Amino acid sequence: MSRLHDMGGRFGDGPVKPEPQDAPVFAEDWHARALAITLTSGALGQWNIDTSRHARERLAPLDYTRFSYYEKWLAGLVTLLVEKGVLSRADLVAAEAGGGRQKEGTGAEVAAPHPLAARALQAQEVAAALARGGPADRPSTIMPNFAPGDAVRCRRPGGNRLVAGGHTRLPTYAVGAKGQILRLHGSHVLPDSAAHGLGEAPEPLYAVVFPAMELWSAPEHPRDEVVLDLWQSYLEPV
Amino acid sequence: MPHDHADAPHSLLPPDPALRVKALETVLTQKGLIDPAALDEIIDTYQNRIGPANGARVVARAWSDPEFKAALLADADPVLAGLGYYGRQGEHMVVVENTPEQHNMVVCTLCSCYPWPLLGIPPGWYKSDAYRSRAVREPRRVLAEFGVILPEGTSVRVWDSTAEVRYLVLPMRPKGSEGLSEDALAALVSRDSMIGTDIPEVPR
Repeated sequence: MSRLHDMGGRFGDGPVKPEPQDAPVFAEDWHARALAITLTSGALGQWNIDTSRHARERLAPLDYTRFSYYEKWLAGLVTLLVEKGVLSRADLVAAEAGGGRQKEGTGAEVAAPHPLAARALQAQEVAAALARGGPADRPSTIMPNFAPGDAVRCRRPGGNRLVAGGHTRLPTYAVGAKGQILRLHGSHVLPDSAAHGLGEAPEPLYAVVFPAMELWSAPEHPRDEVVLDLWQSYLEPV
Repeated sequence: MPHDHADAPHSLLPPDPALRVKALETVLTQKGLIDPAALDEIIDTYQNRIGPANGARVVARAWSDPEFKAALLADADPVLAGLGYYGRQGEHMVVVENTPEQHNMVVCTLCSCYPWPLLGIPPGWYKSDAYRSRAVREPRRVLAEFGVILPEGTSVRVWDSTAEVRYLVLPMRPKGSEGLSEDALAALVSRDSMIGTDIPEVPR
């Protein structure tokens, strides 16, 4: 049911190692490039944020475990580029053979322009594109079933109900748990659908508060709580 | 390559991640799919222009101006957009206030969701397996690793950013900060205090 990325509550990860507040934003130059290539490739419009999260989440478990953060981004990106037909496997083989160097032009490799080239994000468009963002709220015909204060339970079993093994944003640690509606965020795109090209399927999204005692067998403190943002179809009334 | 099979196309790229990025950048550039100058622009934005100083200014203003604070806590989006703090990964903001009774702390257990327009790109620890796995289950032990020990009477509320809503913690204004200007107050606000893993203090 769960994938490795769904790690909330997992044991065995050791201490958190805080970095100084003034540590570099990008520990390595290639981290910055990986982030920027991911954003510019996204601007080609061939996938959405849910598709790209799912591409990282479905890395082979061994890869997900051993890859550093931006290696996961890069691996997910390459998966999407190939699956969406933006690049071919032959393109990647050639890129590897070139070792990242620009090829000496023989003229033979210059083909017709890539059909998506007109969509390439240009430097002068970057500021506006970042400022525009990508809001996820949408009008919906699905009315809210719950109001702040209502008792709810996360549906069991968890997991994507539309696609076996598909993307979902209900963490396994909260499956079956009882909580209380804290606030309604409006209607948002449903990741379980949007990640798989099944449409945005917007529905009400809630902040739901769960007592730590409901989630963990040995909570640290009886009054501690965890809040999750959960879609209406993840919830049922108690 | 060790994993050269159909469902792992990334394995076609060189093993060294820096080379892999370079190879990918080259092939995408050759096909006209990316403008290398756009990459530089994105990197400059997040390296030099957008970072936790934005969030610190918001916190300092909330500490100084009760009406601003009330509006921020009631509906953050229009308030933040009015200050120019809107954009990618900050489209739906909620600000949560620390009090003597309740301390707030933010995590994304599923990936690394984070309010970019206010705090920039998340630090490495925020994206680490250790923080993601433990912050929801044992927030107090995690806080202790940051040197934060909460009073027994303070409960912890951990916000797991499972949707596109992004959370910013409004820390408590520290004792001894009376009379400080907004700029001086902003200097007291660390990035970590707006995630909930630090407590602002006035230096002695």
